Amino acid sequence: MHEVIWHGRGGQGVVLAAQILAESAYMQGFKGVTSAPTFGPERRGAPLTASTKISETPIRTFAQIEYADIAVVLDPSLLKVINILGSLRPGGLIVVNTPLKAEDAGIDGGHPVAVVDGAGIAFRHHLIKEGAPMVNTPLLGAFARAANLVFLEYIEKGLKWKLSSTVLANNLSALRDAYEATRGPGLEN
Amino acid sequence: MEKTDPNITAMCRPAPGEAGKTGDWRDLRPVIDHTKCIPSVKKRAACYLCWLFCPDGVVKPTIPVEIDLEYCKGCGICAEECPAKAITMIPEGGEGTT
Amino acid sequence: MSRTEILTGNQAAAEGAKLCHIQVVSAYPITPQTSLTEYLSQAIESGQLKAEYVRVESEHSALSVCIAASSVGARAFTSTSSHGLLYMHEQLHWAAGSRLPIVMCCVNRGVGAPWSIFNDQQDSISQRDTGWIQIYCRDNQEIIDTLIQAYRIAELVKIPVMVCYDGFVLSHTMMPVEIPDAETVDAFLPPYHAHTILSPEDPRNINPVTFPWRRADQDGVMCDGYMELRYKLQTALEAAGETIAAVGRDFAERFGRDHGGLLWRYRTEDADVILTGMGSIATEATMAVDALREQGIAAGVVGLRVYRPFPKAAVREAFRDARAVLVMEKDISYGYEGALCSDLKAAFYGTEISAPIHNVVAGLGGRDVKARELAEVTREILDRIAAGQPEGPTTWLNCRTDTLTE
Repeated sequence: MHEVIWHGRGGQGVVLAAQILAESAYMQGFKGVTSAPTFGPERRGAPLTASTKISETPIRTFAQIEYADIAVVLDPSLLKVINILGSLRPGGLIVVNTPLKAEDAGIDGGHPVAVVDGAGIAFRHHLIKEGAPMVNTPLLGAFARAANLVFLEYIEKGLKWKLSSTVLANNLSALRDAYEATRGPGLEN
Repeated sequence: MEKTDPNITAMCRPAPGEAGKTGDWRDLRPVIDHTKCIPSVKKRAACYLCWLFCPDGVVKPTIPVEIDLEYCKGCGICAEECPAKAITMIPEGGEGTT
Repeated sequence: MSRTEILTGNQAAAEGAKLCHIQVVSAYPITPQTSLTEYLSQAIESGQLKAEYVRVESEHSALSVCIAASSVGARAFTSTSSHGLLYMHEQLHWAAGSRLPIVMCCVNRGVGAPWSIFNDQQDSISQRDTGWIQIYCRDNQEIIDTLIQAYRIAELVKIPVMVCYDGFVLSHTMMPVEIPDAETVDAFLPPYHAHTILSPEDPRNINPVTFPWRRADQDGVMCDGYMELRYKLQTALEAAGETIAAVGRDFAERFGRDHGGLLWRYRTEDADVILTGMGSIATEATMAVDALREQGIAAGVVGLRVYRPFPKAAVREAFRDARAVLVMEKDISYGYEGALCSDLKAAFYGTEISAPIHNVVAGLGGRDVKARELAEVTREILDRIAAGQPEGPTTWLNCRTDTLTE
């Protein structure tokens, strides 16, 4: 089973990203998928997490993730606020929304780090809600590229399933843009 | 689907005297002076406040108005509400009763 | 054609309710049940579901509306959690006593004080003596399937059914759910015909005062008194177990999914130790059992679906060969032990089953229950049993009793 934890802030589409990844993985053929928000109240701007579990077989555990295989960070300011590495297994991949290079992102502990300028891509593709860039779609693109688990074409299908037609085109172009722009170990510049 | 079962829960159809002949609960009996009663005097349907207020539904809205003494409990609400003061409550077994 | 979607437990429940052609919905929002009623009100507003949504000021009124609706022959639905269910307490008795086939989802949540919005099963367990059937679901597929079965069961035995599932753990977790096609559901669930229809054409007084003795009706015919009517409810509940199992078998034939009727088993064929519980904790226990078996411990799970009527014969059969039993539950009868543990012990009384029974109270107020922890506590308890402790004190799983503030 692959366990993915999403870190972001209320209003950034964290829970939605976790859902779209689950849906995409199911369409790709994984028989077991779950997605869940952190249980409890949610508030705009407050740090929150969501999770996606992906398995070849139906999932029989609904417990919260203890140590994720992959962490996705939608808001880089959280790196200073939350112990993100504390819920990531040793050597687990971390995907961060940042304009910085991976080695400058300030992540220790020998984790492979993939980066994408999700905010910049969101602005370029007009993914803006109430003045803030919606970085969940770009980070899904980065996830597809860096994790090599759920493929881009299925995440495209996931977006088509979840998003309304009015915003779909911009999201699809942002997804592909982020996929290409993601940098990290093993990814050519 | 199984057949309906009317005895699956407690139930009754409305009928007079479900709690027995409640007239024998009465200490005071309503007596109507039809010369004062507004419908009786004017010979057309009017007033009937006694019928409206009776909590037991024992007042018949006829001309003249009639009270079913088999079930009237003698509460006196009709006498209290009558605008013509046509109803008097008289002790059971006392003068004017049989 | 059925279709598979990735749904939360609350979405699965709403899809199930829609397929049952519910006609009246009355519910009051409370976390974690709220989104279920939101989905239903959206479906009614958009015309997708032809039903009346009656807005009320409280859960007590919500169930009162359902009682009235069911009394005039409508298929009624409500849902609640925690304090909302407790506020319904009086009406729970009225619904069952009136033998009305109302179906309710109880999205299980802990009970204050202190406040908790998180999952445990104290809410529905504390309502077990109200005369309702209680069914606990292990995942979101079982929620939609159980809801469809629930109306069939309720309308056959004329007893309301509470479909219970864990708040957040299932209500807010998305997973693949096969939504049955409408025609198959329609063939499985015929339209509701009330046992007594309250109507202006045939006015009746339902539930008049009954006395300690039998009563004569308006025609002088002697009718059942209070005690006889209560006896009828009890015998109907006792017989409902067979109906629940039969409905489950019929469902399995038509839909291809068998949830086990009264209970389900996982790797119990040669199991020495049986872990048992209701709802998602039993699902988690199947993962613990896989881990225990890898360590050479022959463990299995019996998941209890139906808590009331308590499936005495089925549990006697399921635990017949057990050499140790661990009862894992998200509730406690304060001052004694977990309610399920007591009921199981009572069911075993006078039988050949003499396995040590240990009670594990877990996950109160949303404390996460992990398969790893269930496996660990099983090993600890097996050690205690090996050391000659047939029945220990109730274990509070993952409760920091070592650091309690003075």
